[in-house]
Amino acid sequence: MKTKDSIRIKTPAEIDILRKAGKILALIIHELECSLKSGMTTKDIDMKADSLIRRENALSAFKGYRGFPGCACVSVNEEVVHGIPGFKVVKDGDIVSIDVGIIYDDYYSDTAITVGIGNIDPVRQKLLDVTRESLYKGIEQARPNNHLSDISSAVQRHVEKNGFSVVRSFVGHGIGRQLHEEPEIPNYGAPHQGPVLKEGMVFAIEPMVNVGVYQTKILSDGWTVVTEDGKPSAHFEHTIAITSKGPEILTQ
Amino acid sequence: MAKEDLIEVEGVVHEALPNAMFRVTLDNGHKVLAHVSGKIRMHFIRILPGDRVKVELSPYDLTRGRITYRSK
Repeated sequence: MKTKDSIRIKTPAEIDILRKAGKILALIIHELECSLKSGMTTKDIDMKADSLIRRENALSAFKGYRGFPGCACVSVNEEVVHGIPGFKVVKDGDIVSIDVGIIYDDYYSDTAITVGIGNIDPVRQKLLDVTRESLYKGIEQARPNNHLSDISSAVQRHVEKNGFSVVRSFVGHGIGRQLHEEPEIPNYGAPHQGPVLKEGMVFAIEPMVNVGVYQTKILSDGWTVVTEDGKPSAHFEHTIAITSKGPEILTQ
Repeated sequence: MAKEDLIEVEGVVHEALPNAMFRVTLDNGHKVLAHVSGKIRMHFIRILPGDRVKVELSPYDLTRGRITYRSK
């Protein structure tokens, strides 16, 4: 039995720090997105993330986390999440998911985007749009007195309505003084289940959406998650705070 | 960074214990104590050591699970 099962409510002062952290991270990921060019390796992308994080006087939340070797997870095409930066070259037509986390003033912020390189085919474009939209549909549900799974259900409905599938094995999470805190936030499920949401909760909501089947597997490097059928996958993530008026996106 | 959700995992049955409980060694290396789901009992499906099974883990206690499927 876990001793501390409940979701930590953050004080307004803590949310203020998380807001600052989120703004910095938003700046970093935006610059990262602008710097993406066909021909870069996933390691190049990671190194750019590293230098941006340093420039902003923050620390990488991922480097060394459970042994992860980079500052950013860079996942290309059929890679879903947790791609280890390496020698893979991103080229025209690819979709690249970049997930970055930082620690600022002892508080964590986590965000992710998926970007098309050059001209991408219509299915990939639709995948990006639907995944991004499903994130916002989920965030919309993050308001006081809703249930946790209202977020999950909203994401799933939007994704499946558009003919794609929702990854089950990986979930969003609470965030604050640690990268992964309570609760687990799946991207699928029936509505009105789970804990009641309250002002002061801070979540990282991250839908992972596949063109084909939802099943995934982990490669032999122990980290990189790929789709079972080899079809592309997209990932978008925001860190949000629940306020009395509803959700506030911190990473923008 | 997405968190791995350990809700449904696969593993190999390691040993049979009384009362339809089994020790299952999961693919990720963890050993859990699992009981057989009602649906499997209802269809009189036998589970033996060496079988590959799907186990549903409780998020509240990751050392206990429920066997929900036996692979052919």
